[in-house]
Amino acid sequence: MKKKLFIFFSVVSTIVACSSSDNSGDTTSGSNYDRKVLLTNWSENIIIPSYTNYQAKLKVLATNSATFNATPSEANLLTLRTSWLEAYKAYQYVAIYSFGKSEEINLKESANTYPTNAAGIDSNISAGGYNLTLLSQFDKQGFPALDYLINGLGTTNTSIISFYSTNANATKYQKYLTDVITRLQSSADTVLADWNSGYKATYIANSGTSVSSSVNITTNNFVKNLEKNVRSGKIGIPAGVFSTGVKFPEKVEAFYKNDVSRELLETAIKASQDFFNGKHFSSTTTGEGLKSYLDYVNAMRSGEKLSTIINNQFSAILTATATLNASFSNQINSDNTKMLAAYDVLQQNVVYIKLDMMQALNITIDYVDGDGD
Amino acid sequence: MIQNYFKQYTSAATLAFYRLAFGLMMLLSLIRFASYGWIKKFYITPEFHFTYYGFEWVKPIGNYTYVLFLICGIAALFVAIGYKYKWAILTFFLSFTYIELMDKTTYLNHYYFITIISFILLFLPANCYFSIDAYKNEKLRFEKVPAWNIDILKLLLALVYFYAGLAKLNSDWLIEAMPLKIWLPNNSNLPLIGPLLNQNWVHYAFSWTGAIYDLIIVFLLLYKRTRLFGFILVVVFHILTKILFPIGVFPYVMIISTLIFFDASFHKKVLNFIARIFASSIILFENGKEKVPNFNTSYQIKIVFISCFVTFQLLFPFRYLCYPNELFWTEEGFRFSWRVMLMEKAGYATFTVKDATTHEEVRINNSHFLTAFQEKQMAFQPDFILEYAHHLHNYYQQQGVNDPEVYVESYVALNGRLSQKYIDSKINLAKENESFKHKTWILPFNDEIKGF
Repeated sequence: MKKKLFIFFSVVSTIVACSSSDNSGDTTSGSNYDRKVLLTNWSENIIIPSYTNYQAKLKVLATNSATFNATPSEANLLTLRTSWLEAYKAYQYVAIYSFGKSEEINLKESANTYPTNAAGIDSNISAGGYNLTLLSQFDKQGFPALDYLINGLGTTNTSIISFYSTNANATKYQKYLTDVITRLQSSADTVLADWNSGYKATYIANSGTSVSSSVNITTNNFVKNLEKNVRSGKIGIPAGVFSTGVKFPEKVEAFYKNDVSRELLETAIKASQDFFNGKHFSSTTTGEGLKSYLDYVNAMRSGEKLSTIINNQFSAILTATATLNASFSNQINSDNTKMLAAYDVLQQNVVYIKLDMMQALNITIDYVDGDGD
Repeated sequence: MIQNYFKQYTSAATLAFYRLAFGLMMLLSLIRFASYGWIKKFYITPEFHFTYYGFEWVKPIGNYTYVLFLICGIAALFVAIGYKYKWAILTFFLSFTYIELMDKTTYLNHYYFITIISFILLFLPANCYFSIDAYKNEKLRFEKVPAWNIDILKLLLALVYFYAGLAKLNSDWLIEAMPLKIWLPNNSNLPLIGPLLNQNWVHYAFSWTGAIYDLIIVFLLLYKRTRLFGFILVVVFHILTKILFPIGVFPYVMIISTLIFFDASFHKKVLNFIARIFASSIILFENGKEKVPNFNTSYQIKIVFISCFVTFQLLFPFRYLCYPNELFWTEEGFRFSWRVMLMEKAGYATFTVKDATTHEEVRINNSHFLTAFQEKQMAFQPDFILEYAHHLHNYYQQQGVNDPEVYVESYVALNGRLSQKYIDSKINLAKENESFKHKTWILPFNDEIKGF
């Protein structure tokens, strides 16, 4: 008996010597939930179709801008604006997936940095020789720059059209319009081509639970987009949440068009909710998503499914935003309390998602919210 | 009767065995800690450290921190082999405690346990048997030591288990099976037991078994007839926790420590086995001498002091009763109380610094000041939040902000409850001070956890 115990003691001592675990509590293994199925649904039915749609909408935009450049008429300008808005809305769906190639080539920063730098755009146009791939050029391109180019150059359609027809620099304006759209297209093409040529397989295969696993990265980007781009960018900053009530109605998304800021916000929120639910892009079918993952680990909070709580909060957000003016600039100037109320409802879901959901799924937040990064 | 108790003697082999095992475990733990690069990661890289109230002066000492760990490791080795024991254990106690106090982000109950044990070992003649000291100096050699020398170590170990068991007697643990209900499914990819870990009844079984285990294990170990069974339970329990949770060396420290409950004959066998490796024997130490203490004033003071220390250990974990509101929520009186693995708690804290004159605000990017680990720990513990707020205040004051006001918007989720707002976001934390008093700016919990 004693002998056995002694052997046992030796074995245990050996294990002590060879132990190799963490005591700081950040490493945990994942559940046997099939993450590959989740990643397959995300990539095949949501992410790639979103990029494909974005690419198609940009193509229409490019065609319509070419037509407008060839014949700068009011009808062609209106068509161009419509396709710009459609592409802008399609962008809201891909903004969630800012990782991999998209992150590498700064798709998000080059497509949607606002407020845009109108003076910088003017000087780019007059001076020529600009290089839109430079980091310093983020605020002179993308959808906000297009917004300025097709909505903000003049106060009337006629005056805007004149920049592309009778203006001494008309060819330069036409070229800048084309260059900005081409740059959007080439970014989208690069990212989509990457997804279609092997990244998808890598993405699905990386189904572990580490900080660099696909589920972690994707979920972190989803939360980050909701917190920083949707909550702060579209509502918080213009409504003065981060500036002691000093309001910035000129910092709303699509400021020059002005009456579409609510539509863009609602599109972004729907895109987030659809991703949360694992809803296939442009379809009513739903597959594996954060919702089903939460249900799998049986995440109940205060007697209710956490996924239901989050979906209810998404509904509450859309109810709150429905009361807002189509133009957030107008809303901020007339009654900012409604903007702040919408912010609070959205902030509540950021908390549910960033804290409760991440905790339930055991996913570590690997980004930080803050200014200037 | 008490007089008689202090005149009872027992084999010094048990004490020597424990000294050797403790020293070696500490040495290995320190080597492990260093080999993972944690000295740099936890103590050198962070620009800011969370300190203990009253021990704000205990801070990492730059690259000399490595020297501190080295000294601690050498001391542990000297304790193990019993070389210049009194100095070794004193050095170990001081250096280890200093390391422990450098940053409370890394707080672990088992570090505190080590501090307590090494403190008590200061008062015990653990080098009188199977040690270099006693080998070299016959005057130090004794076969028997007073029984209380062993019993006090058993008592402190018993306290850890029993209090950990008591702490589990609460409604979250027993009725909701929280937090195991959240944690166990994370291991469901394990072979054999994996699929079971998603079952609700398994969560309850683990919770209840864990509580009962903690409460009765010491009694099983105390009685000879149940001792072996108890020890098998100890091994199974701790190996299981080791597999399921990232709790480092703690399971091994506990497994080896419980060997102290065995008969001296077992400890002698182990020591003799080791002695034979060095072509020696423990016979040298079996000199029939009892370490009879001098019942003089200094010995009596020592006994009284140690009794006070034990009383303190018995009472201190109950200090939470002095605070209002839920202990798990406020964490006032949570640490140093053997509350192990009781909570799944996470937070989300956004700080704003405001200039009192211009009213300009800055939103803080926590990663500019804290490591990811520090931020995670800070977000759900009020004393961390307060200390960090003061750090922000001081930092921005130096940056020229007028009388910086610090506000936090924070949410905390505890044991499967939906997150709630945690700290009153209208309170300027720069004006609040750390103390043992209740922190009134912690918002109410809006729920009740019954029990200990």
